[in-house]
Amino acid sequence: MDWHQLWTIVSLPDNIPIVGMLFIIPFFTWYALRQARANDRLVERLENDPDMAKTHHRKVQPFKKGWVREVAVWPYLLRMEFLAAIIVTIILMVWSITLDAPLEEPANPSLTMNPSKAPWYFLGLQEMLVYFDPWIAGVVMPTLIIIGLIVIPYIDANPLGNGYYTYKQRRFAIWAFIFGFIILWCSMIVIGTLIRGPGWMWFWPGMTWDHNRLIFEINRDLHEIVGITSQPWIGIFGGLVVGGFMVVAGYACHRIITATEFSRKILGRMSLLQYAIMQGLLIIMLALPVKMAARLLFRIKYVWVTPWFNV
Amino acid sequence: MAENNPTEVKDEPSESAGGNGNGARSLLGVTIDPDEIKKKAQIDLEGLKQPTKTEVYKSIFRVKHDQTARSRTLGVLSNVFLHLHPAKVNRDAVRYNFTWGMGGISFYLFWVLTWTGVLLMFYYHPTKVQAFRDILYLEHDVPFGKLLRNMHRWAAHAMVLTVQLHMFRVFLTGSYKKPRQFNWSVGVILLVLTLLLSFTGYLLPDDQLGFWAVTVGTNMARATPILGHEGPFGPELGMTPFNDVRFALLGGSIVDANALLRAYIWHCIAIPGFAAIFMIVHFWRVRKDGGISGPAPIMLEKEIKPVRR
Repeated sequence: MDWHQLWTIVSLPDNIPIVGMLFIIPFFTWYALRQARANDRLVERLENDPDMAKTHHRKVQPFKKGWVREVAVWPYLLRMEFLAAIIVTIILMVWSITLDAPLEEPANPSLTMNPSKAPWYFLGLQEMLVYFDPWIAGVVMPTLIIIGLIVIPYIDANPLGNGYYTYKQRRFAIWAFIFGFIILWCSMIVIGTLIRGPGWMWFWPGMTWDHNRLIFEINRDLHEIVGITSQPWIGIFGGLVVGGFMVVAGYACHRIITATEFSRKILGRMSLLQYAIMQGLLIIMLALPVKMAARLLFRIKYVWVTPWFNV
Repeated sequence: MAENNPTEVKDEPSESAGGNGNGARSLLGVTIDPDEIKKKAQIDLEGLKQPTKTEVYKSIFRVKHDQTARSRTLGVLSNVFLHLHPAKVNRDAVRYNFTWGMGGISFYLFWVLTWTGVLLMFYYHPTKVQAFRDILYLEHDVPFGKLLRNMHRWAAHAMVLTVQLHMFRVFLTGSYKKPRQFNWSVGVILLVLTLLLSFTGYLLPDDQLGFWAVTVGTNMARATPILGHEGPFGPELGMTPFNDVRFALLGGSIVDANALLRAYIWHCIAIPGFAAIFMIVHFWRVRKDGGISGPAPIMLEKEIKPVRR
């Protein structure tokens, strides 16, 4: 266990946000789900007691008679904003006084940094380069992430949970987002920062970053394992595999979407276009962990090799 | 007056001094009564104790500073910096546990970055010869230069984090749902702009860290399908290292002086400008879509209305 190496990585000033993220993201997830649970309990009570649903003000915080429903922005909101600004300023000041922004040697195109890493928020994308060719990991995937995020409101047909934390009323949406945001985006950033060392090799926390380390592993394409050796059969085989994955993943997603009576009801509210876009995005999102598993566990490089592109 | 008629000045005080037992004098034809001056001075001093009663204060703020609902409302509505706020909000909406304050903190960090960024611009030249030396100069010679640069960098990191957390919160509260769908999409654009702002700033110190990060980042652009010279169908469509999308980003085939200048302009002018426009829309739509989404009353499953097509 090389504690010094671990400390070198963790204490790097530019890595502070990631180390912070390790605590901040779980904290806020817990904080949100705790409120969601409280709201879900209230939902249960109101569903079992229709009379209560008529009179209850439907919020977890009890509302007392005689209270005003609205408060003046000045001072009740503005003072909080002012306080937040002061606190953020103090944090920034302390942070800036204690830790210096990194500055390396002057740029030198003939001296490659090893590992040469993108800024921390792009390390998820850089980590994706291990599993996909650059045109997927660097161009198609980011574009799809942006498009996918933008269309979320237009494909979510569930009208419940508008403006309050809830889990039970939006199980699928919450899981899909947490899967994409925390399990894929955040954890790949953490892998890219804390795990990947020289040569973008996998170093477990505590392992020494050995610049001379060599890993003898042979990554093979899927068609080589199966034993197909010539085009166009390689391309056709890969296309079938990718198509097969899409069918299986789409079927699995469909099973999940239609698992409960409530989710079937929501599905009934969706247009065909909404459903198709959602399925497409989910299938591509699932392709990432599947390819990761194929690469990390079975050392498969490409599943689909064609003369023009490889997947 | 005094210069034109020096005799008058001399004469009048002596006249009035003899004629008035109170000690009142006349200067330039104006009677001067010490008691009255004292009284007026006292009034001015009293005014200092209550600055809100002075004409200067009233001309600037125009609203009484008291605890009546009217004054509080007008205090927000008649202030250009506060006018994006409503006069009143739902009592639960000010609770920290609902919003986490992340949107507001992101906006505040944007301001911190704008201020520190403008100050940094005073010391920075986006040229290969000077860029790196300017950073050294900032770190070692400029008063508080190191603090300035540190603050700019850490605020940028913090902003990337708070913007993501803001998105996380908005998702978990379902705040993107009707009628706020469009504002969520604007917010995603703002997230992307935040990342691009941070990324373009990475190259500016012109050190190894930024150089290789941007090299890695822009090398991906080579592989853009159709538009990159190493991307699928790129070479077939005539893409070379000298005319593809990466060339457009860098202003050349390698990360060099042109790339530095382009990063500088994107970082300091173009992207902040776009971000400002989208922020205006974002905040405007928050108000127009009915303020922040909650904490809203819980809706039950049996209350779902059928879709209208």
